[in-house]
Amino acid sequence: MPASILPSVWFCLVVAMIAAYVVLDGFDLGAGILHLLVARSDADRRAVLASIGPVWDANEVWLLAGGGTLYFAFPAVYASSFSGFYLPLMMVLWLLILRGISIEFRSHLHSAVWEPFWDAGFSLASALLAVFFGAALGNVVRGVPLDAKGEFFLPLWTDFRTGQTGQTAVGILDWYTVLVGVAALAVLARHGALWVAMKTVGELRRRATVWANWLWWPVAAVVVAVTIASFTVQPRLRIGFAEHPWTLVFPALGWVGLLESRVGRVGQRRFLGSAALLVGLLTSAAAGIYPCVLPANSDPNLSLTISNAAAGTYGLAVGLAWFIPGILLATAYFVYTYRSFAGKVNAGNHE
Amino acid sequence: MDALTLHRLHFAFTITFHYLFPQLTMGLALLIVILKTVAIRTGDEHYHRAARFWAKIFAVNFAMGVVTGIPMEFQFGTNWSRFSRAAGGVIGQTLAMEGVFSFFLESSFLGAFLFGEKRLGPKAHWLAAFLVFLGSWLSGFFIIATDAWMQHPTGYRMDGAGMAQLTSFWALLANPWVFWQYLHNMTASVVTASFVMAAVGAFYLLTGRHEPYGRTFVRWGAIAGTVSTFLLPFPTGDGQARGVLESQPVTLAAMEGQFHTEAGAPLAILGQPDMERERLDNPLTVPDALSFLTYRRWKAEVKGLDAFPRDTWPDNIPLLYYSYHIMVGLGTLLGAVMIAAAIGVWRGFLYGSRPLLWVLMLAMPFPYIATTAGWMTAELGRQPWLIYGVMRTQDGFSPRVSAGNALFTLLGFMGTYAILAVLFLFLVGREIEHGPEAA
Repeated sequence: MPASILPSVWFCLVVAMIAAYVVLDGFDLGAGILHLLVARSDADRRAVLASIGPVWDANEVWLLAGGGTLYFAFPAVYASSFSGFYLPLMMVLWLLILRGISIEFRSHLHSAVWEPFWDAGFSLASALLAVFFGAALGNVVRGVPLDAKGEFFLPLWTDFRTGQTGQTAVGILDWYTVLVGVAALAVLARHGALWVAMKTVGELRRRATVWANWLWWPVAAVVVAVTIASFTVQPRLRIGFAEHPWTLVFPALGWVGLLESRVGRVGQRRFLGSAALLVGLLTSAAAGIYPCVLPANSDPNLSLTISNAAAGTYGLAVGLAWFIPGILLATAYFVYTYRSFAGKVNAGNHE
Repeated sequence: MDALTLHRLHFAFTITFHYLFPQLTMGLALLIVILKTVAIRTGDEHYHRAARFWAKIFAVNFAMGVVTGIPMEFQFGTNWSRFSRAAGGVIGQTLAMEGVFSFFLESSFLGAFLFGEKRLGPKAHWLAAFLVFLGSWLSGFFIIATDAWMQHPTGYRMDGAGMAQLTSFWALLANPWVFWQYLHNMTASVVTASFVMAAVGAFYLLTGRHEPYGRTFVRWGAIAGTVSTFLLPFPTGDGQARGVLESQPVTLAAMEGQFHTEAGAPLAILGQPDMERERLDNPLTVPDALSFLTYRRWKAEVKGLDAFPRDTWPDNIPLLYYSYHIMVGLGTLLGAVMIAAAIGVWRGFLYGSRPLLWVLMLAMPFPYIATTAGWMTAELGRQPWLIYGVMRTQDGFSPRVSAGNALFTLLGFMGTYAILAVLFLFLVGREIEHGPEAA
């Protein structure tokens, strides 16, 4: 393999890790978003939690491993984005803490003030995390005001304009990133509904199916809206797709997934359709901004790209030697875990 | 407070709180594997129940380690962006490897270990426990390798843009600093778990409940605790001190409170560093002992702080000195407690000796204090460097994150962790109250 393509290879691997995260943790975030709405009784809620119990922690590891891989391959992007998105990332951390203990500690006690509290914490944290992750993706697509040292710092919001036409972006939350946040909330909620419908039985399954069905319309609406808005906010996307027309396969995958998640056979097919939609959305964004990893909207020349932000060639090459067997092992663990956990959950089985 | 101080406090607070949990996770994982091995070999249901009881405490502890560990992965970037950018070409390797090789392993088999005993059968369930143990010890390795590179950078070169780039993967993983620090750290985590197990056992015996389990916990705690407290000073602690002598001699002088270069240097047992007069106040010393420990010769010359330029002195010498002395002092006392307990097991008087059981029960917090002091020794000793000899701490924090923002999130973490601590003690207390018979 020629050394010059190593950064591109790692760009693809990082995107693949994040896509795996969104698909896998996406359904347990979605189950959390709808937790209070689809699961009315304590038995229902235990069933929802049992449907994600053995896997949610491992799903979340894709975020950590994906973040670690980003740091390994593009240290400058990790350094800039994590310090630049300081406050929202800290809130993400607090939400991850709240969500983790809500899931893990709920079953330790039976009391009218214990389980409902953690159910609410689980649901609130899941919903806010979906919005935050969506807004983060929106920020990456829109670009951030990088300075000459590759640093930036953004206030949470100012006047909700995207700061186009010459001036730089002025806030982490503007109309566009809020829109992507809302889109993430809708898409992940529906992803979770399809998962719960697939893994449970009875009234719970029926309610989850109803939610999945009607949520298709808002999902379709926000996906269309985000697509149009993205091309408006980030002109680079049009150039990217025009230069590499084959990358249109990514948006195509998303559209096929969106349809399949509605017209496919109820159960696994629809869930996989939703997964394809998520992968399509994420890979489209990545393909559109490539070769940037973090575009600058202050001055395009300050963008962090696969060439100016990548680690050294030796490091990237030696990384492949451990990453490939490592990720194959991880995949094997996942196949094992999901197979031993196949089929419908029985709330009585968990603890 | 300025931004540098706040970023340092931010990291120090979150890492200190976090590490209270992984040290028990790693040590207890080993002890649970031992209990399960005994259970399978003897076919004794008693040991299966004992392992199940500790698995419940392990679960709560593990969850705490996970939720407080995620902030650590983020903080390199959020609070230390210049360091992350400069060092990512090297430590990105070890941090990414931790995610790929250990987090996936731990998280995938934790569920099988906690909920899969019936479905898997004893052998496969033992394997799940073993894989969780392996994952947690691998995780420790990659973190120590990351810290070791900051303590003693190897296998890299600085490129034109001031970024460290890896030149030798093996030099990074086989850094001589890693070997002793890893063994010392893992030994200490077994000490913590041994004391926790023995303390719960002593509590049961003193309160006259679950006594068969109380005896098992005290016995295995005493055995594992004796072996591990023995290994702490020698060879692991001694090995690590030699590494410090070789690559950070000024740090060793500061740890020992050795202000002046002298032949036949005394070992300070007690005393307070007086930075104005550059001496130890109220010293209690053993003549020539520091020379002997350092060079194996009683009259060897030991370099004091005065042999090094002041701008390379660790920036908080009294705190470094106290951390080191607290670690060593507690390590010695904990060793003595464990020897007494082991003799009690051997001669058969331990389970009836209320004073000794009281000591075992009350000793539980002290290994945590000793490990915390040990890590403070390592990290304060590295100062004023972030990457030893390469990058100073003051050059590593995020320039665009203001002191006010850092204080805000530090307060946020303090509040969050205070609640977590209460929840943890409440839930573990309940599990201890329920006892192993219910397991």
